[in-house]
Amino acid sequence: MDANTQWVMTGTALLGVAGGVLGSFALLRRRALVGDVLAHAALPGVAGAFLATGTKAVGPLLAGAAIAAVAGVLTMSAIARFSRLKADAAMSLVLTVFFGLGIMLLGAAQRSPGGNQSGLDKFLFGQAAAIVGRDVRVITLAAALLCLLVLLLFKEFKLLAFDPEFGVGIGLPMAAVELVFNLAVVLAVVIGLEAVGVVLMAALLVTPAAAARCWTDRLHLMVPLSGLFGALSGALGTAVSLVGPRMPTGPLIVLAATGIFVASLLLAPRRGLLARSLRSLRTRKAAQRERLLVALYDLAEEAAGAGNAPAVTAEALERRRGIPARSAGPQLARLAREGLVDEAGGTWKLTGRGLAEAYQAARSERLHLVYLMHQADLDGGMTDQGVRPAFAPEIVPQLEQWLRQHGLEPRLLPGHTAGEVG
Amino acid sequence: MAAESELALVVRDLTVAYQRRPVLKDVNLSLPEGRLIGIVGPNGAGKSTLMKAVLGMVPRLSGEVWVSGRPPAAARQEIGYVPQRTAVDWDFPTDVLDVVMMGRYGTLGLLRWPGARERELAMAALERVGMAEYARRQISQLSGGQQQRVFLARALAQDARLYFMDEPFAGVDAATERAIVNLLRGLKARGRTVVVVHHDLQTVREYFDWLVLLNVRVMAAGPVERVFTAENLTRTYGGRLGSLAHVAGASPAPLRTSGGD
Repeated sequence: MDANTQWVMTGTALLGVAGGVLGSFALLRRRALVGDVLAHAALPGVAGAFLATGTKAVGPLLAGAAIAAVAGVLTMSAIARFSRLKADAAMSLVLTVFFGLGIMLLGAAQRSPGGNQSGLDKFLFGQAAAIVGRDVRVITLAAALLCLLVLLLFKEFKLLAFDPEFGVGIGLPMAAVELVFNLAVVLAVVIGLEAVGVVLMAALLVTPAAAARCWTDRLHLMVPLSGLFGALSGALGTAVSLVGPRMPTGPLIVLAATGIFVASLLLAPRRGLLARSLRSLRTRKAAQRERLLVALYDLAEEAAGAGNAPAVTAEALERRRGIPARSAGPQLARLAREGLVDEAGGTWKLTGRGLAEAYQAARSERLHLVYLMHQADLDGGMTDQGVRPAFAPEIVPQLEQWLRQHGLEPRLLPGHTAGEVG
Repeated sequence: MAAESELALVVRDLTVAYQRRPVLKDVNLSLPEGRLIGIVGPNGAGKSTLMKAVLGMVPRLSGEVWVSGRPPAAARQEIGYVPQRTAVDWDFPTDVLDVVMMGRYGTLGLLRWPGARERELAMAALERVGMAEYARRQISQLSGGQQQRVFLARALAQDARLYFMDEPFAGVDAATERAIVNLLRGLKARGRTVVVVHHDLQTVREYFDWLVLLNVRVMAAGPVERVFTAENLTRTYGGRLGSLAHVAGASPAPLRTSGGD
């Protein structure tokens, strides 16, 4: 890898950091598209600057881009303030009008003398190979500035995303905070135009943040993680684009970011799809097991109460408790392996350990029933939202009293020989 | 007559309009210190808007506001605000303690990060609403009542003198409702003033000692026992109250069938 390649990769990686860090806040305040709007709004600035100065030097073109994007920011807030349009309508208006204007000016620029093959179209889709050492210094400076800004205004940006009205109420200048945030997005967009282009710059603001959100529930972890994902996307996309001649960098960086996002969406430990489906599968299994134990207990208790052997048939489970034999079979076999039930001649009987377990399940089920019946008289008291209801110790005596009042107390006690009913 | 400095809130000739429709018109109010004050009125009466206008969250068309004898901009740290809990995204990546610490951001000022002192004050506030053991809980895992308590704790952490609460009893469980009422009484005992937008006429007498009946204009304001009458309620609700007028418990007043415009 030659020195120039290293420069280019450093540049796009830093760009990813800036996009990821700012994008976290944009995503959380449900303005994910603001980057898209401002990037598109920058285009007339690029073309306009070329028409005005006749130069293709990056400095003036990006200055033009910044001016146009700031005009976009101001237009958005003016629309929000003086019209009844909502934020989404304001954003799509600014995006389409500015971008349309940009394409028109771009056409004019390409027809102008010296504008032929002007290379302005690289601002549409980005061309990282065009980045030179001086650009990287600018990008480094801007990215460092943006990270410093986020560090200083972390709590203000958090409030802007979570509850800006409350911020106004306690006297923080939230309108100014919002303006600073939008200007920061403008800066991130402008430094990304050359490498990524106006059309896809938004992806660097949204995708790494969306990926980082999968991994953590804490903002102060999500923001640096999003920056890291942005850096990876930038470096990876650039590396691939430098392999072939004239490969557009923007789409490849976006593809890299998307790859990270998809992997996060699938694999993240708590919010990932895989973890979620595993969790719901486990919950379903546990709930089925609980339901079967309670059914076994209820039927055994009833049989013992009538003076019969406390054994239960699969047919009774299906007919009395609606547990189809098809699913009861494997579940009963699993309970048998755990040593909780014994089979004898087509009927099932709880073992000593099985009865102890089923007693707990049934008791907590019935406590929950009386809890729901008398909920209005209690101050909270449910301690856990697991498969088996659990209660705060201080309300249990009261619940047990209601249990007896309703004649619901479990009568088949563990530790006794079957048939003894209290 | 109380001097203006002993009044928690004075509003004079306040008018607020969204586009051309007036939401609040010529509102005049003098609210005393150390009371639990309910604001009651029909939907669209401007109850929330009144709070937001006082706090500077919506622009005023005309009128003046004083908080403890000063303009609200100079008294911001002394005003606590509890928005409706549906106003925010509860899936936001943060925990309970962090939300409560936001109550200290105003005093902390720009650029500074909250530290050990803010954490301590926030924990004390959580203690007071009975949510201390939830400090590290991700906020998406809270029930509606717990969310409401977190918002209350955030306002408590601010240690304001005047509190505005926008429907704190909306959609909470009985236990939370009792916890909130106890909290309000505790605030009153410490000389704080609490203004609550309220919906449930049945509990007005029990919860508040001062009442503002609002329907775009102030229809009546004063001590509950004087203001909470069937006649005032009928005026406020423009006849829409129907059979509910009996909650005031006073002798039935003749029902006006047409609301005044």
